[in-house]
Amino acid sequence: MQPADLSAIDLVAAVRQGDLSAVQCTEAFLNRIQYCNGAINAFLNVDRAGALACAESIDVRRRSGQPLGPLAGLPVAVKDALCTADLPTTAASKMLENFRPPYDAFVVSRLRQADAVIVGKTNMDEFAMGGSNENSAFGPVHNPWDFSRAPGGSSGGSAACVAADMTPVAIGSDTGGSIRQPAGLCGITGLKPTYGRVSRRGLIAFASSLDQIGPMARSAADCALVLETIAGHDPGDSTSLTDAVPRYTSLLEQPLAGVRVGRVPEHFAAGLDPEVAKGVEEAFAVLKAAGATVHDIAMPHAKYGVATYYLVAPCEASSNLARYDGAHYGHRASAKPSSAFESPLIEMYCRSRAEGFGPEVKRRIMLGTYALSSGYYDAYYAKALKVRRLIRQDYLDAFEHVDLIGGPVSATPAFKLGEKTGDPLAMYLVDLYTVSTNLAGVGGISFPCGFTKSGLPIGFQLQAPALGEPLLLRASDRFQRLTDWHLRRPPNLTALCTPKG
Amino acid sequence: MTLSQQEVAKVAALARLALFDHELATMTSELSNIVGFVSLLEELDTTNVDPLAHPLDAENVFRDDVPSPSLSTAEALQSAPRHDGQYFLVPAVLGESGAA
Amino acid sequence: MNASTSETQVPFTTIIGLEVHVQLQTLTKLFCGCSTAFGAPPNTQVCPVCLGLPGSLPVMNQRAFRLALKAALALDCNIASFTKWDRKNYFYPDLPKGYQISQFDLPFSTDGTLEVIDPKGTIGPCRVGIVRVHLEEDAGKSMHDETAGSGDTRIDLNRAGTPLCEIVTQPDLRSPQEARLWLNELKLLLVYLGVSDCNMQEGSLRVDANVNLHIPQPDGRIAKTPIVEIKNMNSFRSVERALVYETTRQWGVWQETHAEMGKTPKQTRGWDDPAGVTRAQRHKEESSDYRYFPEPDLVPVTVSSAQQAAVRSEMGEPPVRVRKGLETRWKISAYDADVLVNQGRQLVDYFEELATLIGDGKIASNWLQQDVLRTLNERGGTIEDFPVRPAALAELIARVNAGDFDTSRAREIFSEMLASGRSAADAVLSMGIAVIGDDELVALCRDILAANPKIVADVKGGKEQAAAGLIGHAKKKNPNINPGKVRTICIDLIRAMQ
Repeated sequence: MQPADLSAIDLVAAVRQGDLSAVQCTEAFLNRIQYCNGAINAFLNVDRAGALACAESIDVRRRSGQPLGPLAGLPVAVKDALCTADLPTTAASKMLENFRPPYDAFVVSRLRQADAVIVGKTNMDEFAMGGSNENSAFGPVHNPWDFSRAPGGSSGGSAACVAADMTPVAIGSDTGGSIRQPAGLCGITGLKPTYGRVSRRGLIAFASSLDQIGPMARSAADCALVLETIAGHDPGDSTSLTDAVPRYTSLLEQPLAGVRVGRVPEHFAAGLDPEVAKGVEEAFAVLKAAGATVHDIAMPHAKYGVATYYLVAPCEASSNLARYDGAHYGHRASAKPSSAFESPLIEMYCRSRAEGFGPEVKRRIMLGTYALSSGYYDAYYAKALKVRRLIRQDYLDAFEHVDLIGGPVSATPAFKLGEKTGDPLAMYLVDLYTVSTNLAGVGGISFPCGFTKSGLPIGFQLQAPALGEPLLLRASDRFQRLTDWHLRRPPNLTALCTPKG
Repeated sequence: MTLSQQEVAKVAALARLALFDHELATMTSELSNIVGFVSLLEELDTTNVDPLAHPLDAENVFRDDVPSPSLSTAEALQSAPRHDGQYFLVPAVLGESGAA
Repeated sequence: MNASTSETQVPFTTIIGLEVHVQLQTLTKLFCGCSTAFGAPPNTQVCPVCLGLPGSLPVMNQRAFRLALKAALALDCNIASFTKWDRKNYFYPDLPKGYQISQFDLPFSTDGTLEVIDPKGTIGPCRVGIVRVHLEEDAGKSMHDETAGSGDTRIDLNRAGTPLCEIVTQPDLRSPQEARLWLNELKLLLVYLGVSDCNMQEGSLRVDANVNLHIPQPDGRIAKTPIVEIKNMNSFRSVERALVYETTRQWGVWQETHAEMGKTPKQTRGWDDPAGVTRAQRHKEESSDYRYFPEPDLVPVTVSSAQQAAVRSEMGEPPVRVRKGLETRWKISAYDADVLVNQGRQLVDYFEELATLIGDGKIASNWLQQDVLRTLNERGGTIEDFPVRPAALAELIARVNAGDFDTSRAREIFSEMLASGRSAADAVLSMGIAVIGDDELVALCRDILAANPKIVADVKGGKEQAAAGLIGHAKKKNPNINPGKVRTICIDLIRAMQ
């Protein structure tokens, strides 16, 4: 049996028992990356030497009987939005092309402490802004199910990486759907935890009140395994929750009998692809078969989610990205004195940012700057915050009646690369089903619930109240015990990939 | 909702983004579209709704006043576009006033 | 430009408000564990948080918040039960995040007052309203080296993220002298409470002043000149000078232009201390659009009345209460109490210890002002490491009171104590000063009287002042005699002869 055929849970057990060395395991995935990544472009940076050295040290310690961490020998790919002290961290931006963080993100430290093997940094939309991974300064990611299609975004590299078996698990971040949507479009499982469950320290900020790091894997059970390691209080993040972290993997056994799942009829309005609608309805049927009950619920402000999100997130982003000005790190434009600016410093700022940021990042900075500026603050930013409260109230009200909310994760299966790049607004509407989760600060998970006739994965999303991760994972795991969608692999992937190097 | 190029140029100056003439026109039309879309919120009456800036209910998160190690100067300057081994170097500020 | 100091009535009222930034006395920065110690080599007290590196997050220093709260309570502010922080967005290379974490619409305290009374009475009591006190982070330091000819600005971020308390007053001050007096009192208060060391040379206290003139018009209307904000004043003396200059300048401009507030934008002027003038600074229109919004990386802070009470209880006495206390407990004048209190808490502690030991506040105050403070002024140093401790000084004063030696002799002994660190008794011994016993002194006086019949006759004849002549003779016989005692004994002996 090849390591790529094992779940993360089984891989960790095999390494622990000595059936598989960490080096063998790491090499197998590194070889797969070497083979596939050229065609998929999921990685911005692969740390072959570092990963093998780490694996070797794990094997040495195992052989000498020293204790091993809970993820010992598990290869993990990390979205390039998380700082790694020994690897470049670019957020897929030209701005940070040569940036080296002097520290590890909290989640990266946790992974290292757990003896996971970090194999590299994954591609993404620049600064996590986008839903197709086409906004990367280092080229788009190709969906392993159809190379002509987008993997979704912004954690498209992490999603494609897992979908193509280049690592068993990956770390993503989700500000408005950036874990769940690419997971859905790539046929894997992705969890966006409750806001504050996983420390954001070392995550390059997009929108601080919405950003959350989470695991991406083939199954909910594997997500549970990784979440156990990366969740938990961090005194270095003021917004990190202090609640104890449950043993998610041990909470999967309880059946779903009596669990109430909400269904929002408006989710099935015009715009939802019929094949997606069919897959989603079938997923409700599977949950019923597992013992859950399904109830129609109202989310009256759901339709304002995208508009609210596209004010809140750009406003925060315009401020979060102000630090990229060429002064202390990052891209600095070379001096070309011009009379258009009032000082050499301002010219340096304006040109460095113009050269360092891609078009979507610029649009969002402009939008956020506008919406916060004098005279517009109340009409846009303050208004969005009020609607944000109404949206959260919808969730609070809904969770009075149901334990989970189910539905589509995106309106269509993976779309063609280039299909939406000319129309920023069309791209924003891709986030329709995912942004409200972040606005409310609750948790959500997505996993495959079927395939289109043309063989593209269809994603299903579940959302739970704050700190409802045990139920999200349990319901998804139960679903995955009854179905095999999550075990499907892109056909002919090996043949389609042309080995590089 | 239509923004003027003049407004957009002003926002670009605030955001310290150099936009050259052809970009200004594109940006103006894109921003107008997006602002038009988000103006959907106007139809909601939010008169008695308190703003919600943050999903977290937490309060009073502090750290103790205990020193922790700083970076070395070399680490602090490692990604600086220009430095002299001690200071970050930036183009002349030319008489603008500093922080509050 | 004030009636009380210039004696001549000017045809306008000067309106001054201050904005003061004080660095809070913490070991570490507001949002990270980097040291705030002054004077470290550039960029050695920095970390991902205060460098604003990608992914770094702030966590609030609890001590900084408590110190700021203490300051606000001491300034009689209302403390908000709920407060939050906001981002003030602007680009400047000493501000690595591109925003300053500050407080905008919900500062933690508002509506305070600080009253100051001039003990010399030249300026009437001035009661200054405090608009708000809030907690924010400082920026780094940028240096433009013109002489190097490089054209580069150098940035040191050691100071970036240092906790600052911003104190904004109402425009309640009416003269440059009042402003200086009030600032002195504010500084003293904050130093007494341990909130800040207020060292202006090290930048731990900075002042900007807003000033304009209110000019009564013949029709009864009050014309107001445009408000000018003055920056770059690095001592309280500079504040006073800059305000005097600016008041005169504005009066001159008014007489020429009659320009009123609102018709021209608020101007910022920098004080050029060597030249003694304020100069207009470049005005940047868009820089004032700071796009404040709630800082999403921090959570709000709530303050209960119990927490306020706890901070109050550990607050210690403000200077105004210490002055009153000294006046009533030790029966010293308001002026003396002010001199002592203005020297700082440690000197007051020294005074109270000394006064308690000798049981006399006035004598203790005299010794402190005439001898101890004079010595400190001459030699430098602080009262804490002053070599003559209160117990030693009390011993010396007790000997003076006992008549062992006179004050001028005591001063010599005090100098010896200072130089050698000896006790009063040891100093007396080492100086070879033998204290003369009473019997010996009486015998000595008899000898002198016998040798000076003319003086004796003069005193007998009612010219008591003639006794002074006897003291010189006594000193010749024994330099350690106490002149006062010799005089008394001689007069008593002469009276006994009659």
